[in-house]
Amino acid sequence: MTRLMVNGLATEAASEPQTPLLYVLRDELGLHGAKYGCGLGQCGACTVLLDDAPVFSCLTPLLAAEGRQVRTVEGLGTEQRPGRLQRAFIAEQAAQCGYCIPGMIMRAQALLEREPTPDDAAIRDALQPNLCRCGTHIRILRAVRRAAAEAAGEAAGEKAGTP
Amino acid sequence: MTAVGPSRRAVVAGGALLIGFRLAAPVRALAEGGEPLGDLARTPALDSWLRLDPDGQVTVLTGKVELGQGIRTALLQVAAEELDLPQAALTLVTADTARTPDEGFTSGSHSMQDSATAIRAAAAELRALLIAAASSSWQVPAAEIGTRDGRVIGPDGRAALYGELAGAIDLHRAARLPVPLKPPAAYTVVGRSWPRVDIPGKLTGAPSYVHDLRLPGMLHGRIVRPAAYGGRLLDVQTAPVMDLPGVIHVVRDGSFLGVLAAGEFQAIQAMRALEAAARWAPGRTLPAPAALDSFLRSAPAEDIVVLDRGGAALSGGRTFAAQYGRPFIAHGSIGPSCAVALVDGAEGGVTVWTHSQGVFPLRRALAELLRLPVARVRCIHMEGAGCYGQNGADDVAADAALLARAVPGRPVRLQWMREQEQAWEPFGPAMAASLRATLDADGRIVQWTHEVWSNTHTQRPGPAGVLLAGQSLERPFPLPPPRPIPMPEGGGDRNSIPLYAFPAVRVVYHFLPQMPLRVSALRTLGAQLNVFAIESFMDELAAAAGADPVAFRLVHLDDARAQAVVKLAAERFGWARTAPGSGRGFAFARYKNLAAYCAVAAQVRVDAASARIRVGRVVAAVDSGQAVNPDGLRNQIEGAIVQATSWTLFEQVAFTPEGIISRDWNSYPIARFDAVPEQVEVHVIDRPGAAFLGTGECGQGPASAAIANAVADAVGQRLRRLPLRLTL
Ligand code: FES
Ligand code: FES
Repeated sequence: MTRLMVNGLATEAASEPQTPLLYVLRDELGLHGAKYGCGLGQCGACTVLLDDAPVFSCLTPLLAAEGRQVRTVEGLGTEQRPGRLQRAFIAEQAAQCGYCIPGMIMRAQALLEREPTPDDAAIRDALQPNLCRCGTHIRILRAVRRAAAEAAGEAAGEKAGTP
Repeated sequence: MTAVGPSRRAVVAGGALLIGFRLAAPVRALAEGGEPLGDLARTPALDSWLRLDPDGQVTVLTGKVELGQGIRTALLQVAAEELDLPQAALTLVTADTARTPDEGFTSGSHSMQDSATAIRAAAAELRALLIAAASSSWQVPAAEIGTRDGRVIGPDGRAALYGELAGAIDLHRAARLPVPLKPPAAYTVVGRSWPRVDIPGKLTGAPSYVHDLRLPGMLHGRIVRPAAYGGRLLDVQTAPVMDLPGVIHVVRDGSFLGVLAAGEFQAIQAMRALEAAARWAPGRTLPAPAALDSFLRSAPAEDIVVLDRGGAALSGGRTFAAQYGRPFIAHGSIGPSCAVALVDGAEGGVTVWTHSQGVFPLRRALAELLRLPVARVRCIHMEGAGCYGQNGADDVAADAALLARAVPGRPVRLQWMREQEQAWEPFGPAMAASLRATLDADGRIVQWTHEVWSNTHTQRPGPAGVLLAGQSLERPFPLPPPRPIPMPEGGGDRNSIPLYAFPAVRVVYHFLPQMPLRVSALRTLGAQLNVFAIESFMDELAAAAGADPVAFRLVHLDDARAQAVVKLAAERFGWARTAPGSGRGFAFARYKNLAAYCAVAAQVRVDAASARIRVGRVVAAVDSGQAVNPDGLRNQIEGAIVQATSWTLFEQVAFTPEGIISRDWNSYPIARFDAVPEQVEVHVIDRPGAAFLGTGECGQGPASAAIANAVADAVGQRLRRLPLRLTL
């Protein structure tokens, strides 16, 4: 049994310790957000956060997550109560097939936690490891900018003492 | 699931008994009714399309599938509009051979014409039936009764919920059109951008794809393929693989080889062991890649004269010629193809959950492959990653069904590995084109010739022989001879006829039956290369005539809707304010010459040191007829432009005589964030009341050509071969 925290919950996983985290999440823990795209670290469809850093879960053995915090797109919000980035992606209708999007959102989440107001170049740079085949890039960029702007707007609002 | 009879079907759907009724032949009178009917002409039974429950819920049935193009939402909008129903009262069921009408393939930008048109007409009739039922129960003339928000409303204000009238309505009969449709001026739903219904679940990890389907007792399968096309399995030691953890079964039938295990990663490890243990006879030799263009132009061809109009010999004028080409292009879905199959233990019937674009044709192929009656095979569509044509969806469904046969009663999930998707999917064919044109003294084109060379652009199921598994069994199925797709839609010749009004035009399609690489439908079929060639050549001719590229196009266009998109794209791009030489390019096409109109203006920068091409701002104008969901339409065109940027700048399937070497994203690079356009704007010309025109494929050809034209404008170098490679 490997112990780890998944989306804030203490979890035990029975898979072999060398099993890539991707299959543990999808097949054992029933978390389908992370997707198999290449298994090679080339596409980012499997991106999750390990502690605060984005990782390719297809290349991360379960063992490497032992005792650490794993976050997936399920941890950011639900269909009924989507999180900030998810709301921004919905507002921009930033998906076609959507298969790449959970990976995009997790990588964007790491970026915004590190750098709350990234410029366009910084967003492109951060998302560079992730592929989208449908060509949704322009909307993905808009969605990340929107989430950043909303967060900045709220922060400014708090500072100015407005409700 | 109950057995499926040839004409009458009964299945339990969501707790209610749903009876479908299929009439054999289309009813001629329907097609003469005036309003377009789409697939209602093929499947005229109203209850094949709509069902009304006593609680007022309406189920809409479509044989088309969601491919990420937003069709679910657009079809719901059309039904909601015509029925005056809120979104919450509607449920949509997509392609399922046991429940929905057979609408063939979801391809060719046809879903709106075929399915939305049918659903709109059926919904209009259901609404008319509701009014008629209220009219007879209230003894009020139908003309005085209206509908709103799921209610039938009488002149005196009395109202009945649709559900209350359900018992009085018989949908189990053929449509009796024509029924007047709602006038577009009264639309409150069509033409609005409803948020897509599938997006929130996809962003939050809700199971959304066949890849996410988990059934009780499910096993994981993986398959092993040879190194090259046609490789034959000589022998394989399976005993050591059987000893690996979790392994349940090794399946071999001729050269078809696969493994079943309890866990997914266990199946992958067993697959790797099986790969190492298998010995294969070498497969087919491919042409040398450097000789691809000459192979295309010299292989035995069936010559098809597509158009020969006004060919009188001309004297005088200046004649120009140029040759264009593109390589094999991969669909390259981000999620490798996947299917889940279950063989019924008692009856030997098969159910397959699949992201195929055509569940009914796939059912026929699987029945042949498994040597089962068609009625014993059920194919249910679930979404996959974007496919952009025929990727591995049908093949993996067959692979999964073959593996599932070894474990009756247990569902089997099989996903291909990245290298399997990349090397074994049917590619979009390589193509070559030669164009010739004559300019008269006034700088007008008076003669135009277009020759194009290509393999077929479809090798889809029905026949089992098109499936990889079908070709590798001990008793293989023959690959059916390839056929060209006839015009007006065309295959390799799609969009080979210029829409411009030239006095003399000759178009010839050299159809190549010999297929060195496995090919089938890739988004736009031949249109991308044909439009790339025509629109590049138009620019070259404009330059020779000393004309502005946009003005030159307008002079040769006599279609008002074509002119409108050209003018709008030029205006929004600010064409008149940019100078020649600034790296601007323009292109236009009407997809298939009968679907959406699209014009694209693009701006590029070329880095002098690296010769790297960077696409800056791209502006498109599109006319898709009645726009059902304008934001969805923009999303499609934006995607087309970005994908075409990738095709145009980066993509080609790499191979050697020994086999395919593009097996991952390093050996088949596509555009990443640093290479997609800096900005994309799409402007929609809405045509309320006009026929729905397909949108998903209208942008790729113009975008490819606009980029090439912008590169030529920027550096004075005309690139005629894709992907564009500059030498500075
Ligand atoms: S699936 Fe992990 S990077 Fe592609
Ligand atoms: S939305 Fe389909 S791959 Fe990105």
